[in-house]
Amino acid sequence: MTTGTVFASLSLPNLISRMPGGIAQGIIWGVMALGVYITFRLLDVADLTVDGSFTTGGAVTVMLILSGWPAWAALLVAVLAGLLAGMVTGLLHTKLGIPAILAGILTQFALYSINLRIMGMSANKPVNPDRYALLLTSRTVPEAILVGALLAAALIAVLYWYFGTEQGSAIRATGSNPSMSRAQGINIGHMKVLGLSLSNGLVALSGGLMAQYQGFADINMGRGAIVIGLAAVIIGEVLCDAFFRKGWSFYTRLGFVVLGGVVYYIVMVIILWLRLDSNDLKLFTALLVAVFLAVPYLQAQRRSSFRLAGRNSAAAQGGRKEGN
Amino acid sequence: MLQLTQVSKTFNPGTINEKKALREIDLHLKPGDFVTVIGGNGAGKSTMLNAVAGVWPVDSGAIHIDGMDVTGLQEHQRAQYIGRVFQDPMTGTAPNMQIVENLALAARRGKKRGLRWGVTKAEREEFGERLKILGLGLEDRMTARVGLLSGGQRQALTLLMASLQRPKLLLLDEHTAALDPATAQKVLELSDRIIRESGLTALMITHNMKDAIEHGSRLIMMNEGQIIFDAEGEEKKKLTKKDLMDKFAEIAGMQLDSDEILLTK
Repeated sequence: MTTGTVFASLSLPNLISRMPGGIAQGIIWGVMALGVYITFRLLDVADLTVDGSFTTGGAVTVMLILSGWPAWAALLVAVLAGLLAGMVTGLLHTKLGIPAILAGILTQFALYSINLRIMGMSANKPVNPDRYALLLTSRTVPEAILVGALLAAALIAVLYWYFGTEQGSAIRATGSNPSMSRAQGINIGHMKVLGLSLSNGLVALSGGLMAQYQGFADINMGRGAIVIGLAAVIIGEVLCDAFFRKGWSFYTRLGFVVLGGVVYYIVMVIILWLRLDSNDLKLFTALLVAVFLAVPYLQAQRRSSFRLAGRNSAAAQGGRKEGN
Repeated sequence: MLQLTQVSKTFNPGTINEKKALREIDLHLKPGDFVTVIGGNGAGKSTMLNAVAGVWPVDSGAIHIDGMDVTGLQEHQRAQYIGRVFQDPMTGTAPNMQIVENLALAARRGKKRGLRWGVTKAEREEFGERLKILGLGLEDRMTARVGLLSGGQRQALTLLMASLQRPKLLLLDEHTAALDPATAQKVLELSDRIIRESGLTALMITHNMKDAIEHGSRLIMMNEGQIIFDAEGEEKKKLTKKDLMDKFAEIAGMQLDSDEILLTK
């Protein structure tokens, strides 16, 4: 296919019709990104457990719904399963001295087997929205967007409250300055376990929502979740800083993190609409994350860099030749 | 108030880097003692403070604070009895959090941190009043992130945080060393004032001999992990820089041509 025929075959209505689905999925990943924000930004830990706990959330939710549980109760248990997964990572890190990033990898690795067991040793478990009452499904996208948005708003409110409490403040202090936290009597080990648990609880909740939305749980549904989560966090932060130059409140920040998930998915929808091979999506995601990670750095470089200093120096010397 | 009994600590034992940092230290602080600690690099001053704060477990000996054996308590468990200010102004405060949030964290030192609001309205007013004492105008910037403050401002804030709860013990680990002379003087005066007004028991490490003589009610000199000189009351008041240098040379068995090896003027 030549470039000409590719562009000729693109239809704008097709793109617009795909948008709502992208937004719905974006909100669900935005919930996941809230979990990533807790570890990555507040606790200053890159937690790779999430690739596993996202699937755990989906698996638990689908299996419980299949055995007759109401969807909300299934989601609640999924959150508990996620909390537990995060706790394991936290304990590996704080009680056994394993570096946080490795502890997360270990838990994620172990969760693969556990997730398979949860799903009765099958790699894919469908849940038919016609036979079971689901909270949201891709069959009715506008409703799914509404449910997702309401849930995200409620979660942001809860997180805003929690991180304003004494305990939440102690978690933030632990991430901001561990030495200071210890000196102020904070058990930083406990706080890390608490933060990691909370984060993975949110990630599992997101996995449970995604499984319902797509109508199945899959053993590989969480693969690369950390990258998507980071993408959402970083896109959200860059946008937030662009809109609120003079500072922002915590709930605005969290809102933008969810929005980051939506923007990420819209970009993915556009990439797919451009008929790019879906197998290349991971490459594009990595590129997108790299670009957004680089933006704050490059902006700082524009304000102050050695190259700039060198140019200013040359200008200050008024065109005198070097060495004179 | 503080009792160190035969406290020893060796770093990297059994290796080529083995360092006997504390050798069977005995030290007793009465309530209200304000002790300045001097000594050369590697004398064990900071090590002694870290042993008291519980940064790591000691090898042998006992540490009592106000009669309680804290030897087996971890750093965060001892924190309820101890206020600390560090050499590096970055160490004592959480940069991503507001001034008022940092103070609120300090106000809960040693208390259970539950699901009550992290900063109460009453605290906001109280902290505002306390910040006025510093005379740095921080009371008007209570919601500013601490990371935006200068080193001196952060150190003053850390001092306020350390003394907020009237600790049984205040540990000042060369807390003015990283500041410019004028700011250092201000922070030192502030330390004096807070210790005096709250009647705190304090240990202050300094590299500055003049400061060590002019401040506090008692002075100890350390060398090679031991306390080699201890003066208080009238004896301490009469001390001069020359006395300290002579003392150091006599006890440490070294002749010093200047005080630069030991301390700065």
